[in-house]
Amino acid sequence: MQLEQMYQEIILDHYKNPRRRGLRDPYDAESYQVNPTCGDEVTLRVHLDGGGRDAKVSDVSYEGQGCSISQAATSVLTDLVVGRTVGEAFATMDAFVELLHGRGQVEPDEDVLEDGIAFAGVAKYPMRVKCALLGWMAFKDAVARVTDTAGGAEGDGAAAAHSDEVGTR
Amino acid sequence: MTAVAAPLDVAAIRKDFPILGRTVRDGRRLVYLDSGATSQRPRQVLDAERAFLETANAAVHRGAHQLAEEATDAYEGARARIAGFLGVDAGEVVFTKNATEGINLVAYGMSNATGSPDAPAERFRVGPGDEVVVTEMEHHANLVPWQQLCQRTGATLRWLGVTEDGRLDLSNLDEVVTDRTKVVAFVHQSNVLGTVNPVEPIVRRAHQVGALTVLDACQSVPHFPVDFRELGVDFAAFSGHKMLGPSGIGVLYGRRELLEALPPFITGGSMIEVVRMEGSTFAPPPQRFEAGVPMTSQAVGLGAAVDYLTAVGMDKVAAHGHQLAEATLNGLAEIPGVRVIGPTEAVDRSGAVSFVVDGVHAHDVGQVLDSLGVEVRVGHHCAWPLHRRFGIPATVRSTPYLYNDLDDITALLDGIRESQRFFGVA
Repeated sequence: MQLEQMYQEIILDHYKNPRRRGLRDPYDAESYQVNPTCGDEVTLRVHLDGGGRDAKVSDVSYEGQGCSISQAATSVLTDLVVGRTVGEAFATMDAFVELLHGRGQVEPDEDVLEDGIAFAGVAKYPMRVKCALLGWMAFKDAVARVTDTAGGAEGDGAAAAHSDEVGTR
Repeated sequence: MTAVAAPLDVAAIRKDFPILGRTVRDGRRLVYLDSGATSQRPRQVLDAERAFLETANAAVHRGAHQLAEEATDAYEGARARIAGFLGVDAGEVVFTKNATEGINLVAYGMSNATGSPDAPAERFRVGPGDEVVVTEMEHHANLVPWQQLCQRTGATLRWLGVTEDGRLDLSNLDEVVTDRTKVVAFVHQSNVLGTVNPVEPIVRRAHQVGALTVLDACQSVPHFPVDFRELGVDFAAFSGHKMLGPSGIGVLYGRRELLEALPPFITGGSMIEVVRMEGSTFAPPPQRFEAGVPMTSQAVGLGAAVDYLTAVGMDKVAAHGHQLAEATLNGLAEIPGVRVIGPTEAVDRSGAVSFVVDGVHAHDVGQVLDSLGVEVRVGHHCAWPLHRRFGIPATVRSTPYLYNDLDDITALLDGIRESQRFFGVA
């Protein structure tokens, strides 16, 4: 049945038991993202260790309101990037974005995406793709804020708040 | 809006709407409850557009050949029938792209008046110290253009609030609408709450202080009989696609003397009187506000939609909407964990009902409903401040129309229960 295809157990589990939820210190940058079509929002902080693509993601914390897909995807995101380098995290993000934009035609690699493969069903519903990418948009923006300013200034995320794409396609 | 008219023959009406015959999501019957966003179109409207294009298509109000003549007749004929439907003169009906453009036309006309040398335009001038009044239940289309007008002119935006039960709070009407007020722009029927606002006290107060009134009639004109002259508003805007007509066509109504004095918004061909290199003068309304080759088959289609609604009877459409409102509200009241955002009684409200389901986000409720073939809108429905007022990011909204029956409402209610079961909150 379609509904179970979209709302796989992994997604419902992350929704009901979100990982790393709540905003924490210390952090290097924060990004606020909103989905203007539905009003879902997420505020996400990243704490990096080191510089450039080899910097290690030592923490991601977030707060937000939204549907099960957006909330679960952000929870999964933290599992996928914390403890990895920025370069590895961005490679994972690219794979996730490719999966979500694949209209169900992309076969996900579990070694790369782990729990993220559960979102394969969401990819069949174009209207929900943005939900799944909201947290990732915030992550990408927050990391850019650290690496672009090379010092770690915090910002309000307004500049990127209305872009609706993330990663490469 | 009482249920006195004979009931609608919904089964017969449904036969006129080809799209209702299709299935969705693995062969399920389509239960379309999103007419507040856009309505479906009957064969009569589709046929009228096609017939026009197959027999009389030409650019209107230019050219002297036979097709141009017939196309212009069809276009102006549609305008006349639409005007009749609204109780106004054809010269007071301006075709626009949609209601959004109609409202922008007034807002930009007002700021254009500020730089205009024409004496009649003076009454539209807005500047620092002036105020523009809206309400907290506006669709973004009747809010953002006024925010922008204030930004361009230095005027101040003020607004009327919304009560806890989803009614317009008129208790401080006299304090909000004052001698400083230049315009009061408000919605006739809320696209989220379903509330039908009392027009009379607002118009009375506005005219007392010399302010113009602009009515967003997007959700009222399709659903019950509306006579703009009787309402006494100065301007009113609505879209064709929410009333069985095509998209890309809407109407701005303006009292004749106001349209005659209002500077144009979009300028160019067709809207002129005399053009010289040194400057131009403009055609009388409504042409002054219809620059460029207009939407023609769409106007013809909207004329056919008005004919269709007239043949059905707007009293019957309203009575049917009332019946569906009652069925929806009564049914929702029986489901624990469901909260209606808006009036919970079917008094001065339409069948448009928005609600939240405790523990299940609106998007997720919508997804479960969609899997059952029930198509509703989820989100803030372009009324973000209103949702903020109620402290919620998103609602589920059911907006039935004349082709929906009680089975459709039952399908909605069953689907809500299913969403509660699926997400483990019931």
